[in-house]
Amino acid sequence: MVEQNLRYRADEPVADPAVTVDAFADQSNATAVRIEPGDDARLLLPHLDRIALVEVNFPAYTDGRGYSAARILREHGYAGELRAVGDVLLDQLSHMRRCGFDSFAPNQPISSEAAEQAFGTWPEVYQKTVDGRPAIWAKRHPA
Amino acid sequence: MYQYDQYDRSMVDARVAEFRGQVERRLAGDLTEDQFKPLRLKNGLYLQLHAYMLRVAIPYGTLNSRQMRLLGDIADKYDRGYGHFTTRQNIQYNWIKLSDAPNILAELATVEMHAIQTSGNCIRNTTSDQFAGAAADELTDPRPYAELLRQWSTFHPEFDYLPRKFKIAIIASETDRAAMRLHDIGIQLVKNDAGEIGCKFHAGGGMGRTPMIAPVIAEFVPALQMISYLEACLRVYNRYGRRDNKYKARIKILVHEIGAAEYRRQVEEEFAHILTLGLEPPAEELERIKGFFEQPGFEVGASDELDLSDPDFALWVDQNVHAHKQPGYAIVNISLKPTGGIPGDATADQIRLMADLARDHSFDELRVTHAQNIVLPHVKKADLYGIWQKLDEAGLAAANLDLIGDIIACPGLDYCALANARSIPLAQKISNRFADLGRQRDLGELKLKISGCINACGHHHAGHIGILGVDKKGVENYQLSLGGCEGADTSLGQITGPGFSEDGVVDAVEKATDVYLAHRAEGERFVDTYRRIGMAPFKEAIYAKEPAHG
Repeated sequence: MVEQNLRYRADEPVADPAVTVDAFADQSNATAVRIEPGDDARLLLPHLDRIALVEVNFPAYTDGRGYSAARILREHGYAGELRAVGDVLLDQLSHMRRCGFDSFAPNQPISSEAAEQAFGTWPEVYQKTVDGRPAIWAKRHPA
Repeated sequence: MYQYDQYDRSMVDARVAEFRGQVERRLAGDLTEDQFKPLRLKNGLYLQLHAYMLRVAIPYGTLNSRQMRLLGDIADKYDRGYGHFTTRQNIQYNWIKLSDAPNILAELATVEMHAIQTSGNCIRNTTSDQFAGAAADELTDPRPYAELLRQWSTFHPEFDYLPRKFKIAIIASETDRAAMRLHDIGIQLVKNDAGEIGCKFHAGGGMGRTPMIAPVIAEFVPALQMISYLEACLRVYNRYGRRDNKYKARIKILVHEIGAAEYRRQVEEEFAHILTLGLEPPAEELERIKGFFEQPGFEVGASDELDLSDPDFALWVDQNVHAHKQPGYAIVNISLKPTGGIPGDATADQIRLMADLARDHSFDELRVTHAQNIVLPHVKKADLYGIWQKLDEAGLAAANLDLIGDIIACPGLDYCALANARSIPLAQKISNRFADLGRQRDLGELKLKISGCINACGHHHAGHIGILGVDKKGVENYQLSLGGCEGADTSLGQITGPGFSEDGVVDAVEKATDVYLAHRAEGERFVDTYRRIGMAPFKEAIYAKEPAHG
């Protein structure tokens, strides 16, 4: 079984198992971390340069804490893989991508065609986030 | 009024297309009801007791005559010929077919309207002062800021799965007509010593089962940092708001549990970081939006003279017409609370009539109020009598604004799947009991608010007289509270004691008004007298045993 079915990065996937945020603090050689909804993503900020994979778990898609965790990591310069895992459905993919996720391991597989369509849900966006898309206000007022 | 450009239009059109696809998947059986539910809720579609209910947003309560007319046409075409204006500047249709919903959204999109985020645990429709742009006491028109908020909150990717729903109100007057401090975030636009406009932020207000008045968390945030500050407020809430118990998930609980000072500290920390990211729309965008809200072309020198020789007209002017900032003009409040009527309901014909009056006499503008009434914001005084005659013919001239007949009520158990008790028949009984307008006027300003369950959609906590319907062993029972108030002197009502039957609570309301009449000092409103003399005299009268007959 393929553990992960959607990945939008050119580099090689990290093979290391992801450790918990608590365990990460004690394991100076770990390169992969898993964030649970209650974890504070900010604890990882001092170590971003040595992390290659952050998994953000969504036990239920209605728990939106992982969106903030993802944005915080990206806003502080994290460039490694950011993977949404768990209860990740088609209808959330677009927002997740906007918050910085670049790979997805949903409990229920999603085809790459369906995912592409989902990423195209919004022709424009009102907010500037971390995905590089220009906000509508920026298009209205080009610098 | 704001007008969409191609960007705004493309966003709403995308939503219509997405929702049409989702409904097709549901009708074809590709989506289960469980999977479909959160999707339809993000489009304001609820499954109620008898049918689907569609809630349509009226952003910051402003609409033009074309939009209003279409709301009437939708009521005729897809509902049973009427609509219900809510306490959050929305309109609800109660008898919608699922298969019609995508077509309704498509029709709404033709007049730049939608049902986006009118439900679900996301940022809801931003509300504002219904007198914006017309009130004599406003610092500036709050609607350009509200439109900025609308755009920022629409499909915000980080805040679509918050712990709970999130309601924002923004005002720009000292007189608070939007119950601003009873919102998750309430913003008052203020000026600093340098004469610059900024935002005074309140966070953690709300009603529901744990009513709270929002404390101030920032005295002055520059207007061009409003969005960044909101990002910070929402991020702290999204990360730390409780998710273990839906009744403790609103931001008010977070602010209460960690304290306003600690919440403020966390927001400030996040805010400092967010300011480095350049998320704020530029000044040019606010200016662009302000261009849509320029003052209408008022006639200079219009007369302030009014012929009040028709006594019914004079009563209506006295009660329902407010001062306008422009000489010769007035603000007209249309009460949707006729004697014995259903608060907030209007028929398709009434909706279209109000649209026509707005087109012909109010620079094409209408407003919807949180008290479930309609406003014509810019009416020449010379036109008032003609307007009143047309309203009167259509059953829309109830002269009871802010009187006991101007009842706020939620849909209650007649429609709502959450309700424990009916609100509408009770509102009708109270309205009938106090049908005499002279008696209502003698009682003066008296805000009576009814909720059919603890969720408090009828704002009972903020009623001078509040009524909460509960289910007591299968029987509808009504708790009475006194002393609630919204606005600058916001307070929460206190429960009088044991609950009542439907008829019993009508009697209790009447006894409470008798106590007020017996004790009031010159110029005191009901709530003022209550604050001065306290609960005891009211309680004594309300629960006094009837003398035995014999």
